[in-house]
Amino acid sequence: MAEEVKKKERPPVDPNSAKYKLGQIAAKAYSDAQAAKDRGEMVGWCSSNFPVEIPETLGLAVCYPENQAAGIAARGAGARLCDVSESDGYSNDICAYARISLAYAKIKDAPEQNMPQPDFLLCCNNICNCMIKWYENLAVELNIPLIMIDVPFNPDDTISDAEVAYVSAQFRAAVKQLEALTGKVWREERFKEVMESSCRTSRAWLAATAEAHWTPSPFNGFDLLNHMAVMVTARGKPEAVDAMETLLKEYRENHEKGTSTFRAEEKYRIMFEGIACWPWLRVTSNGMKSRGINMVTTIYADAFGFDYDSFEGMIKAYCLVPNAINLNLARDKRVKLCKANHVEGLLVHTNRSCKLWSGFMYEMSRQIGEACDIPVVSFDGDQADPRNFSEAQYDTRVQGLTEIMQARKEAV
Amino acid sequence: MITLGIDIGSTTSKCALLRDGTELLATSLVAAGIGTAGAERAVAEVFEKAGIAPGEAAASAVTGYGRHSWGRADYESSELSCHALGARFVFPEVRGIIDIGGQDAKVICLDAAGRMSSFLMNDKCAAGTGRFLDVMAGILQVPVSELGAEAAKSAAPAAISSTCTVFAESEVISQLSSGAAREDVIAGICRSVAVRTAGLAKRQPLASPLCMSGGVAANGAVRGYLSEELGMEILFSDLAQLFGALGAAKLAWQKAK
Repeated sequence: MAEEVKKKERPPVDPNSAKYKLGQIAAKAYSDAQAAKDRGEMVGWCSSNFPVEIPETLGLAVCYPENQAAGIAARGAGARLCDVSESDGYSNDICAYARISLAYAKIKDAPEQNMPQPDFLLCCNNICNCMIKWYENLAVELNIPLIMIDVPFNPDDTISDAEVAYVSAQFRAAVKQLEALTGKVWREERFKEVMESSCRTSRAWLAATAEAHWTPSPFNGFDLLNHMAVMVTARGKPEAVDAMETLLKEYRENHEKGTSTFRAEEKYRIMFEGIACWPWLRVTSNGMKSRGINMVTTIYADAFGFDYDSFEGMIKAYCLVPNAINLNLARDKRVKLCKANHVEGLLVHTNRSCKLWSGFMYEMSRQIGEACDIPVVSFDGDQADPRNFSEAQYDTRVQGLTEIMQARKEAV
Repeated sequence: MITLGIDIGSTTSKCALLRDGTELLATSLVAAGIGTAGAERAVAEVFEKAGIAPGEAAASAVTGYGRHSWGRADYESSELSCHALGARFVFPEVRGIIDIGGQDAKVICLDAAGRMSSFLMNDKCAAGTGRFLDVMAGILQVPVSELGAEAAKSAAPAAISSTCTVFAESEVISQLSSGAAREDVIAGICRSVAVRTAGLAKRQPLASPLCMSGGVAANGAVRGYLSEELGMEILFSDLAQLFGALGAAKLAWQKAK
């Protein structure tokens, strides 16, 4: 008879640790929304780069379909939900987050990550324009109101007064619409508190991610992908401030003690470009870790750090998210990260879901490679549809990148 | 020191034996790749051809898509590095390699010292790879090895424009049923592979001399159209399909010496 193999139990997570606190906040975002729904309050679905300050100030519970789709994909159900929406006529070529979300709005159950159905929708197109049609279709299918804030793609190097005025007016209008819809009341004092929390959380987050400038880095870059959920959903909450400041403290302590959450010898440091390949997270992570590659930085982390000191500053921050700015500015942000974090290579996820992000990467990654004198390698994948990825192709490309970085080190 | 290089590809398994990293003792090629006994057969064959016992090889290295599952080599490397080493073994000054294999196409750039400085691979689509030619050869009922010679007879290549293998298959059938000459259709197929690969190559800082590796290198029509598209001469060796195995044998020698 085969001997029973006891599964090694993981030690409990320290409740004072950032990991515990961040995990609790991320989970609470869903349970709070469900509790609000159960109390008969209206609940919204919200796009990730929508000004979180609005629902937070009004005390409205919102859920984030992008985060839900990432969670569903990471837990292996991306293809199941994509199949549902594709059977309804949605093209395989559109964003897999959208396909999963539209499927969930129809079937209303996914044990991998459930969340309450929405009574209203909050959408902002500073992350992409597919978002507009996705939310419009949700609004039609579910017969609920959609509040849209239009943040146009900015081809210029600066944000004009006209753009700030245009977005500010929409922000104020969205508040009025939500007050009328939900009966909640906007209070300027509360808004100031939320802005303060959002900025403090963002500052701690950006400072924590910047700790990667140390060699070795005090953290594994894949940690950021998990912690980012709090930056997307809860950056305006006081508990997020505490959790992110704890994270920063821990990373600083790791550096002082010479430890890291990267559980391998850090032989190479790279920047990862694009949204995580959630259905293949373990494969993509192991492909790097097994070769001593630490993904020390990603623009994806910066995308959710909003630091400003005024209302106008807040509007500008939402107009300057990485997907809403021109190629030169977007490139310069990445070059800065590569240089600050002593990156030796760039791995680009050509994400079939994200036409905007992947489309401009062909040229931008070439320019980053030249500006930083680092090798650039790309692989095909998808943020949530597992069918657009080949493990063997990924592995060969990462190994090739490793071999170039190794040859460069040996040549020095 | 004798070293063995093994290249387990998606459609073929190749081996090379080198003495002291400089003298080629024997090569083998078996038309069966990953997931088959092809690699075992290729290894047995290369020792038999060289007339030496497997125990006489001091070190070995494995490459190709089947490298992770082989498990018996002393070293393992991506086919990118191995094709670079193999190409430099045959053409010591080479600075660029275009490898069209069964599953993918690669453009590899080397610095003056022969180190890989950058590479680019095709996306997940099979158009522009050896598999594309396999499928087309199947429709036309021509051995894939004869496509190049058949294409050479054409004066006016047919237009095969689709980037999808399945759609291109429909195009080929439609061309044939419309009365297009068989050699023109074959030339069109070869040209479409070359054009697609050239698009990939143009995104890299290619320097001369440039060579081709992989099974498709033996197709003179693809080579010719590629050279035309890139405006560069492309070197060719009969050993092109064995560059990965040669490079692996060289790598084993470099590591073990």
